[in-house]
Amino acid sequence: MIESIVSYGLAVGCIYALIGITYNVMFSASRVFSFTSGTLGMLGGVLGSLFIARMGMPVAAGFLLALAAGALFGIVTEIVAVRPVLKNLEQHLYVLSTLALALMIQQLTAIEWSTEPQPFPRLLNVARGGFDQQFWLPMLACIVVVVGLELLYRHTLVGRAFLAIAEDNYAARALGLPERRLRMASYALAGVIGALAGFAGGEMLLAFFANAPMLTFYGFVPVALGGMGNNRGAVIAGLLLGLFEQVANFLVGGIFASVAVFTVFIIVLLARPEGLAGAAVQRRV
Amino acid sequence: MMDKPAEQLRPGSAAAPGSASALGAALPFLALLLVGISFPLFGGGYWGLIATRACVYWVLVSGLNLVVGFAGQIAIGWVALLTLGAYTTSVLTAGTVTPPLPPYLALLIAAVVGAIFGLIIGLPALRLRTFYFAITTLGFATIVTQVALAWQSVTGGGVGVPGPILPEPFSSQWGFYYFCFGLAAICTWMTANVAASRFGRALTAIRDAEVAAEASGISKPALLTAVFLFSGAVAAVAGGLFAALQSYITPDAFTLDLSILFFIAILIGGHGSILGPLLGTILLTVLPEFAAPLVAWSTFLYAVLLLVIVLVIPGGIAEILDFRNRRPLESGRAIVPRPDLLPRLFGAPSDPGVLRLEQVALSFGGVHAIDGLDLEIHPAQVHGLIGPNGSGKTTTLNVISGYYAQQSGAVRLNDIALPVLACQRRAHMRIARTFQTPRLVGAASVLENVMIGGTVDGEGTFVESLLSLPRHRRDEVMLRDTAMLALAVVGLERLAPVRADRLQHSELRFTEIARALMLRPAFLLLDEPAAGLSAEEIVRLGALLKAIARGGTGVLLVEHHADLIFDICHHITVLNLGRMLAAGTPAEIRSHREVVSAYLGG
Repeated sequence: MIESIVSYGLAVGCIYALIGITYNVMFSASRVFSFTSGTLGMLGGVLGSLFIARMGMPVAAGFLLALAAGALFGIVTEIVAVRPVLKNLEQHLYVLSTLALALMIQQLTAIEWSTEPQPFPRLLNVARGGFDQQFWLPMLACIVVVVGLELLYRHTLVGRAFLAIAEDNYAARALGLPERRLRMASYALAGVIGALAGFAGGEMLLAFFANAPMLTFYGFVPVALGGMGNNRGAVIAGLLLGLFEQVANFLVGGIFASVAVFTVFIIVLLARPEGLAGAAVQRRV
Repeated sequence: MMDKPAEQLRPGSAAAPGSASALGAALPFLALLLVGISFPLFGGGYWGLIATRACVYWVLVSGLNLVVGFAGQIAIGWVALLTLGAYTTSVLTAGTVTPPLPPYLALLIAAVVGAIFGLIIGLPALRLRTFYFAITTLGFATIVTQVALAWQSVTGGGVGVPGPILPEPFSSQWGFYYFCFGLAAICTWMTANVAASRFGRALTAIRDAEVAAEASGISKPALLTAVFLFSGAVAAVAGGLFAALQSYITPDAFTLDLSILFFIAILIGGHGSILGPLLGTILLTVLPEFAAPLVAWSTFLYAVLLLVIVLVIPGGIAEILDFRNRRPLESGRAIVPRPDLLPRLFGAPSDPGVLRLEQVALSFGGVHAIDGLDLEIHPAQVHGLIGPNGSGKTTTLNVISGYYAQQSGAVRLNDIALPVLACQRRAHMRIARTFQTPRLVGAASVLENVMIGGTVDGEGTFVESLLSLPRHRRDEVMLRDTAMLALAVVGLERLAPVRADRLQHSELRFTEIARALMLRPAFLLLDEPAAGLSAEEIVRLGALLKAIARGGTGVLLVEHHADLIFDICHHITVLNLGRMLAAGTPAEIRSHREVVSAYLGG
């Protein structure tokens, strides 16, 4: 029992963490939280199921196509919903524009794909049981992304340019960094990560349009608690969230588990609005 | 212009065009009222259902409009309160847990429950940033439906409960329609009252110019509490009506799509408007009926609409309908202050005592922004605060206004220490200020912006404004008259009805001064009021400031224009690197060797 709580909790936690990282990658590039983060996760699952189960593609091809579609949607998000409203960031119009885009994709999926959860194919042809692929695939994906981002940010020029943009947009532009292209690249990267999360967790979460709002919320919890832009914080908070949810699930039952998650989220956030790891920002008049 | 008798500025002349435009503003509402009342004459049974639904939705949206459109809080998940109200009313009238209650009592109880939950859902807005708050309301919306599904013993779970049935004469279709229509009309009236009150203006100030709102003594927590209580109550009542309209409710009826509809109706309508969101609600309720094959696509279309609105017409319907502000303003306008009117505005002078800074120090990280500063500001004097950039002038103002907490030292007014931070308390102590970049509500008129400055002088409560009781009306007349007078003093009364975002930079600066004058300030803190003004305007500003000081106000002037400083100041303090470099009369400062070499040049 405990074993299944832990493996399921950690696996779901990894998906939440990955969506949290999706939020963070977009946020670092543009100071914008995007409602499309959860939508990307949902698309990863739905497109995986579409390409592999419905259209019969090989797993590798379906995987790459799903990630490519994620990258494309990331770029579309940047062009349609983010770039036009960046000029007046303080008006928070991005909340509305990204919400609109997320809703459009979600509704489109509900109408064109299905309003019912559809099965996601087994990715590896091995027998079910024990520590199954549906648990370790999301974990593997999470490790790959965290290590990959770490390498990208610390050891490549592009990664450092990302960090420069995140740290000080104006200074980075003054230094001649191609801010717009880097931002689009960041959104594409975020799209890949989000789609990967949904793809790797497809067997657990199924291919279901309503995963979009669910992941948008559960993926934001690690960001809020771990501190915005902080990927390590997001991973730790995501894993804790997954475990907490499964324990609550076991103790009080499925539906009240989400009530418990939500209550804890609100209480922690009200006590520390800057997140458990973040630092308070002094206001400037 | 200059010779115009002062008497003409009193309400008589100012109110005359006002009442005409008030009639014009009321016209669309009267037309809608007429259409609503006569609707059964030409609407068939099915259209009656649609019209009833629009009324029910509007009851909710009218309250949400104060939260979203006026206070600017992105509350996406308001369907949670509709659900709550629907279930509370239905469960109480069905008698599954309690003895069956009469529907009106159940609606009343639902309103109370809704008000409490409106507060619970809304209050995180005080602590959380925009996106965080949006997400929490979204979370609430999903949680409430899940609870409704799980709590079978009360809500009937997925099977649902029957909705309430109103007694005669409201049990028939048209009877129920008139009941909902009546409530919708009352909600329109109440929210329009709030919108036109100091509370409505304060909400827009919180939305667009939060720092200035605080300096005007507006308490965001108190105001948002009132608004969330009201909005929660009407949303829950709408829920009760919704249940009665559906006649049977299950958790499936309360989808997030509904929440999105409410939210988008307001955005399509436009910020800070009642008519816009009302039309938006009608539009969104009716639209799917004209495109039956598109019903499945309705949420998709709402989303497209939302994107288009945000990207193309952020002002919404209200902006399209705002014909008055599309007329070009006359060019070459001059600001001609009338300092002679100040005594009328200020009334009898009183002695506020001395504002004193004692050894105030504040550093940001390793930077000593101010480092042990002593300063005395006397009533009826202009005190200049000058120094190079980064010498701590604005920081000094911010400590006095309570935006920053000094790390040591004290600010005393009449030997009583001002509470650290607590910027909203400064207005009550008659300490007013202006800002380096003018902070005004761009979408509100100049007059409304100035009226915001007098918010603390209103006596009526939020409820009195909702119901337009006498004290509310007295407050409004008083604030309007005072604001017209303050605008006349700074020379902008002709621009009173114009949207503030259409003004020129210098006019914005004088508008801020007018807003500060609304407090009849004992002390007035000005942060570079002459920046961006023409030479002629600076001379007029100087004369105005001198007159304000003569009226008994202690003026603290942060400025870079040396001519203005030396012309009007009684006393000057020169700062450098957060410390006092020199202090004295203008003549002394002008000949102070260090000041001349470090700052004035020459």
